[in-house]
Amino acid sequence: MSEETRVMTVRKLTRKEQRQVDAKTRLSSPAASAVAIVVAILWTTPTAGLLITSFRQQIDITKSGWWTAFATPDFTLDNYAEALDTHNLAMSFINSFVITIPAVIIPIILALLAAYAFAWIDFKGRNFLFAFVFALQVVPIQVTLVPLLTQYTQWGLQNTLWTLWLSHTIFGLPLAIYLLHNFMKEIPRSLIEAARVDGAGHVRVFFQVLLPLLVPAIASFAIFQFLWVWNDLLVALTFAASEDAPITRVINEMVGSFGSKWYLLSAGAFISMAVPVIVFLSLQRYFVRGLLAGGVKG
Amino acid sequence: MMWLLKPETIPEKFLVMFLAIALFALVMALVLAVVDRPRLPKWIPVTGYLGPAVILIVFGLLWPGILTIRNSFYDRLGQQFVGVDNYVIIFTDQGFLQVLLNTFWWVLLVPSVATALGLIYAVLVDRTRFEKLAKTLIFLPMAISMVGASIIWKFVYEYRDPGVRGTRPQVGLLNQIVVWMGGTPQQWLINPPMNTFMLIIVMIWIQAGFAMTVLSAAIKAIPDETIEAAKVDGATGLRLFWWVTVPSVRPAIIVVLTTIAMGTLKAFDVVKTMTGGNFGTSVIANEFYTQSFGRQGENIGNALAVLLFVIVLPIIIYNLRQMRISEGER
Repeated sequence: MSEETRVMTVRKLTRKEQRQVDAKTRLSSPAASAVAIVVAILWTTPTAGLLITSFRQQIDITKSGWWTAFATPDFTLDNYAEALDTHNLAMSFINSFVITIPAVIIPIILALLAAYAFAWIDFKGRNFLFAFVFALQVVPIQVTLVPLLTQYTQWGLQNTLWTLWLSHTIFGLPLAIYLLHNFMKEIPRSLIEAARVDGAGHVRVFFQVLLPLLVPAIASFAIFQFLWVWNDLLVALTFAASEDAPITRVINEMVGSFGSKWYLLSAGAFISMAVPVIVFLSLQRYFVRGLLAGGVKG
Repeated sequence: MMWLLKPETIPEKFLVMFLAIALFALVMALVLAVVDRPRLPKWIPVTGYLGPAVILIVFGLLWPGILTIRNSFYDRLGQQFVGVDNYVIIFTDQGFLQVLLNTFWWVLLVPSVATALGLIYAVLVDRTRFEKLAKTLIFLPMAISMVGASIIWKFVYEYRDPGVRGTRPQVGLLNQIVVWMGGTPQQWLINPPMNTFMLIIVMIWIQAGFAMTVLSAAIKAIPDETIEAAKVDGATGLRLFWWVTVPSVRPAIIVVLTTIAMGTLKAFDVVKTMTGGNFGTSVIANEFYTQSFGRQGENIGNALAVLLFVIVLPIIIYNLRQMRISEGER
């Protein structure tokens, strides 16, 4: 690359120039845009169909498809009211929060401490221990469920919320430590050393220097863990008592008991999806960041 | 003290939740207070910071993993050593062979189709005006639970007996499309082998957004000079895509493929919600659940879990090596 072109690429382009460059470099043509739009419609239609259905009258849902709903619009919120009353769905919605909030906070704190030690304290066996934690990401949680359940039962903790918090914390830890360690490593060593010279101990270095810089990393993991725990079915089926069941499990049970009562299923499904979709849309930036940093969970 | 273990009302549940968090914070604060003093030998703070996490990981991942591997060679009560009998059943019984075959189709089709779709879509919307919205639409299925996704698609596949005169309207979109095109409505989720592929479509729908997001970032990281140079050489459109874009993002493609393959192997939610594993649609992850918690008899659940682990392992190792390579290139 010649000196001249390098200067050109470094110089900030004006908006007009940028648009010209964009128009030139992208593959697109009207045909490409059309394909993209078709795919987008294809991807959205199933969800839109169920969403429309959830607002239709019970009788209409059984008599005609949702695509006819706009010919004679007659929408209602009754399905949502009734779904909340069925199968304890309202309670399970609360349960989902009760299960998810500690299951997000606790692993973050544990992982922050562990990642700090891995990143900023030199000790013997550090690399080995880090590889060990990292390697345990690969264990599918299926492998752990039966022995864990046996252990919880021996302790007399079976069917309590405590087992759910503990299990989700454990399953989230390897990824949390790995992600936070990667972000922590990128913080310049000079910052930490300057604080240490000033006489700050580990705790002060951590809270005053590192924590403010780690907010985006924590947000990435938090949204991951939130979506994972909120959307989890397997752990909930294995460990939760039926009165503590989160909303995913109750919806799954509803499919079994009223497979064709779509006025209930559609509303119930959207009640369960509302929270993760809101969280996702408002924090999408951090989610993508975590994803690109290798946030893949076992 | 019973309510600490079994809170019943909503206020009780939230109270116990806050207590759990507070208790945890207190313990951690104590640990920090003890270890954070000047002039302590180094192993004390290290133990304080790492100890809780390592203990939990050993207790909840390593130890149960070892137990499950051991138990997979025993009978259901864990007392009688049976050698590889449990595995022999999986590889000889007609029902389990069907499960393995289904799993094979899932692992083959979901990663490849989702990645291909994600890549094409990422290229199509790259640097267009509606890029952000277009990507969010495809990505959204990642945010919702697989249970929710299953319900969305179960409704698409809904079948209504057309009746003697064949005039009863369909409410499921897919069957309505079939009717519009002059065909006969199908029971998509009941007739094998078609039903397995209908479930696979749902998983592709969920995973394509992930593929698109990662690949889109990789495409944006291709240096402008590479594209320019290719254009000077006369590459455009499809040739540019095939000879420049695809090779440039190859490491990312492999990471995406392997990641989706792992996720697909371990997920049981779609099968569990849509068919419950009936009608010949079960996969290893679902069969593990059924065998471990659903029925008595042979001790197949542990062996299925170990099998899952053994299949996932090489994929993960390959995935990690690729990740390291692509990080090195960055």
